Amino acid sequence: MTRPLVAAAGIALVLLALGGPTSVHGQRPIDSARGRQGGASSPRARDVAPIDLTGYWVSYVTENWRYRMVTPAKGEYRRIPASPAALPIINAWDPVADQRAGNQCKSYGAAAIMSVPGRLHITWQDADTLRIDTDAGTQTRLLRFTARAPGDKSASASRPTWQGESNARWERVAAPDVGGSLRVVTSNMRTGYLRKNGVPYSERTTVSEHFDIAPLPDGGTLLLVTTIVEDPVYLNVPYVVSPHFKKEPDGSKWDPTPCSSTW
Amino acid sequence: MLFDLVERRTVVASLIAVLGACVAFAQNDPASLPSQFEFVGSWAPLGTEDVQNDSVPVDYLGLALTDEGRTRALSYDESQKSMIERQCQGWGAAYMVLGPFGLRVTSQSDQQKRLVSYTIDAWEDWMEMTIWMDDRARPSEHALHTQAGFTTGRWEGGALGARTTHLKAGFIRKTGVPLSDHATIDWRFFRHGDLLTVLMVARDPVYLVEPEIISKSFRLSKVPLDFRDPCVPGYEGREPGDDVPHFAPDQNPFLDEFMKLYNLPREAVLGYRDTLYPEYRKKIKNTYVPPPPCTADCGVAGNFVRRRAG
Repeated sequence: MTRPLVAAAGIALVLLALGGPTSVHGQRPIDSARGRQGGASSPRARDVAPIDLTGYWVSYVTENWRYRMVTPAKGEYRRIPASPAALPIINAWDPVADQRAGNQCKSYGAAAIMSVPGRLHITWQDADTLRIDTDAGTQTRLLRFTARAPGDKSASASRPTWQGESNARWERVAAPDVGGSLRVVTSNMRTGYLRKNGVPYSERTTVSEHFDIAPLPDGGTLLLVTTIVEDPVYLNVPYVVSPHFKKEPDGSKWDPTPCSSTW
Repeated sequence: MLFDLVERRTVVASLIAVLGACVAFAQNDPASLPSQFEFVGSWAPLGTEDVQNDSVPVDYLGLALTDEGRTRALSYDESQKSMIERQCQGWGAAYMVLGPFGLRVTSQSDQQKRLVSYTIDAWEDWMEMTIWMDDRARPSEHALHTQAGFTTGRWEGGALGARTTHLKAGFIRKTGVPLSDHATIDWRFFRHGDLLTVLMVARDPVYLVEPEIISKSFRLSKVPLDFRDPCVPGYEGREPGDDVPHFAPDQNPFLDEFMKLYNLPREAVLGYRDTLYPEYRKKIKNTYVPPPPCTADCGVAGNFVRRRAG
């Protein structure tokens, strides 16, 4: 029993040495300097995008207005399935203390940022990384289509950040139809707020997002981001919201503003 | 023996590592989505999005109303629903996403088993909606307009798109915000796993300056949903022949109620277009003061919902 296993393992390791998953999936060898794939033959995420998300997008706040456009009263967490563990934090919220402690970006983390009224600028940072800049809070999200290479110990891979680590994957509609969706899963985030008034999410939170686009009757395009926040610490059940954005022709209304916990 | 054990573990670990690496680097290949998903089933509401906006009489947050629409809305008195002839009038198509209920979807086929339509079943105060999938022609613009309207649909890019016309003049909110019979509603249904997200884009050249766009998610329910309790009208204090309850728009007694409860700006509560865009947030930065925390009658289940004074 052991010998065939050893043989199989040997073959697999040889394949890995020759290009690892490349040999199995027809993709390129790993570019060790970047920790991602290199070469010329395999599709890059940018080249196989079933939908175009790039450009400037503006929040169109027709939902949850009272929780997004203004800061609700301290202690109000209506619509968020907060767990008992969250209540002391909700009731102890102190925006001035947050600001003083350098935590003014707590409500701009990946679990909340798409609901913060503002504009998105979506670009390709490289062929396998979609970049989302927000003018509200001047945050940057990097959606990586290629997972970090095994053994990558870069700081951002281990230390939680406001925007965490986002792994992305296209979902393409079967031919002959065209179109599709982008699925993003984000984890490794710093503890933050789902709502400006201090409703928390923990470092154990996972955010799953589906980016879809839809045509508008006036010829415009709408971006819909269905967002599922799962937190075993501060939520009883997943928190689901679906903020939407209108596409803008250019960046003329782009207006970066820093994070603020008091506004 | 010990060598065998160590060797087996090494082999298994190596295989796991190789497989893991394969999976980790396979993400550039797009996953395949079906061009049509299973729409039939029961879809339960999640309640995590604030889209109903009907807890106080004058709450037009998130709307871009024309002056005429605002005036009509301010003239509305909820007591109209006490009139026996209006009790079972129900709400229009938009209430699919603005109401509190889930969706129960069935399909209908012809004898050749070709899909003819989907039906979203009725509930207590909402008429069922049929989405015709057989490319039938839209009726004449002079055809009967109904609460549910006439809806055709087709699959596009993995989503179900639909358009509703022939709506009867009614409301887009239960607080009396009107929607005219010239309105058109575009729908898009997205399914991701057990989640169904319904996008509504309602246009109305009479009462809306910009489309009302609402998206709401539902989760597939293993338990079939059924909300079809029949509406039975009864005496609610209004006698036949009484006047239709209404307010002079500039004398609506509830005009300031919502603003005062939450310290909200008047133009936002009254549905002015500019309040839907991020610039507005910056505009009110120096004038908005959050309301004080609720200390009494704050609602059930820990939800700090401020109640009406007195």
